[in-house]
Amino acid sequence: MASIAERLTHHPFFAGLPAESIDLIVGCASNVRFRPGEQLFREGDPAETFYVVRGGRVALEMRAPTGTAVLDTVEADEVVGWSWLVPPYRWTFDGRAVDDVHAVRFDGACLRGKCEADPVLGYALLTRVVGVMSERLHSARVRLLDLYGRA
Amino acid sequence: MTTQASPPRPDRPVDPMVPRTFVVTRRRQDTPDTATIWLEPDGGGEFAFTAGQFTMLQAFGIGEVPISISGDPRITSVLQHTVRDAGAVSRALAMSRTGTRLGVRGPFGAGWDVDRARGHDVVIVAGGIGMAPLRPAVLQIAADRDSFGEVNLLYGARTPAEMLFAGELLSWAAERWINIQVTVDRADDTWHGRVGLVTALLERATFDPSRTSGLICGPEVMMRHAAVALRDRGVAASDLRLSMERNMKCGIGLCGHCQLRELFICHDGPVLGYDVLAPLMTQVEL
Repeated sequence: MASIAERLTHHPFFAGLPAESIDLIVGCASNVRFRPGEQLFREGDPAETFYVVRGGRVALEMRAPTGTAVLDTVEADEVVGWSWLVPPYRWTFDGRAVDDVHAVRFDGACLRGKCEADPVLGYALLTRVVGVMSERLHSARVRLLDLYGRA
Repeated sequence: MTTQASPPRPDRPVDPMVPRTFVVTRRRQDTPDTATIWLEPDGGGEFAFTAGQFTMLQAFGIGEVPISISGDPRITSVLQHTVRDAGAVSRALAMSRTGTRLGVRGPFGAGWDVDRARGHDVVIVAGGIGMAPLRPAVLQIAADRDSFGEVNLLYGARTPAEMLFAGELLSWAAERWINIQVTVDRADDTWHGRVGLVTALLERATFDPSRTSGLICGPEVMMRHAAVALRDRGVAASDLRLSMERNMKCGIGLCGHCQLRELFICHDGPVLGYDVLAPLMTQVEL
């Protein structure tokens, strides 16, 4: 069975990160599993975790009086959460396992501590998180145009 | 003096401005605002077309609009159109009952040229109603599957309820000759599939960029993003074909309503290479 370090090494989010950096952050990580329907986190809760999804699908959702809207989905080879990096460290939406989800969970405070102690690692992680944020922002902007509704 | 109508001369060229009368033989409601109609020539006959072509479809007394053909190009006895109710004419067409007579001009334009993709991997990217013009290409590939490499169909719809040909997509996926990924822009928590941009699906598609043909149809912004994403993966611009939509009227490149700079979309398109389209697609009101 692969160790967490091996799993992180092969995950696209960490591609190009030196082995010593992986070794630095692996102490903040643990393997987790969620069953279908189980919540990973809820809007408003302290965001002290960051998930590297290895398998399954996570729905990022927002509850409203009219029902629950799925804003995005995240699958294997992707990551969930940047609120651990940005004060006030609070989840801004819900995360729910759509099916069996296998992930590596990072302790956000632990990861922040490593980043502050090692700015090179911090920069490497930050650029990766910004890449994810950029993709999500792009996706949200294009979908805001409601292109299919007017096609 | 009596006059006798002369029988139609089979060798007489068909006037592209004169509609043939077709009869609606079947109708299926696909989504809340989109229906597929099956049409047969009134009095018999054939209707040959290539994947990606369109007709000018006329609801008599109401108007005429360009509609892509969504049927199987191997079947010439029946014409199939998938029509979205987006205005008075398209509403009349989409609501046509069995037995309704409609006018058909065409087929017009340049299609997907599926033969050019033989020996290549194929990535088909569809958005919304854009799945309809791509269906003939998918069926043509399916009929000669061994001539193509990996075949990927990436489909983005607004909501799960607005996904076209959902049953057929499931069948194709079950037959395993094509890799299908779907996503929607918005969903509630009863949807178990992906939510997000159709271009995100490219990350999981298997293809060799140096020998890949991309067929893209959907809203223009979506097509532009899909083409750029495929270019970023290394697919040549000349191997990407996009189906453009403009205000087609005559269908034969005369009236100029569908002009896109030096191109007449009804005649030179609607399917055009991204190498030709790229400089034209970011210009406002062109």
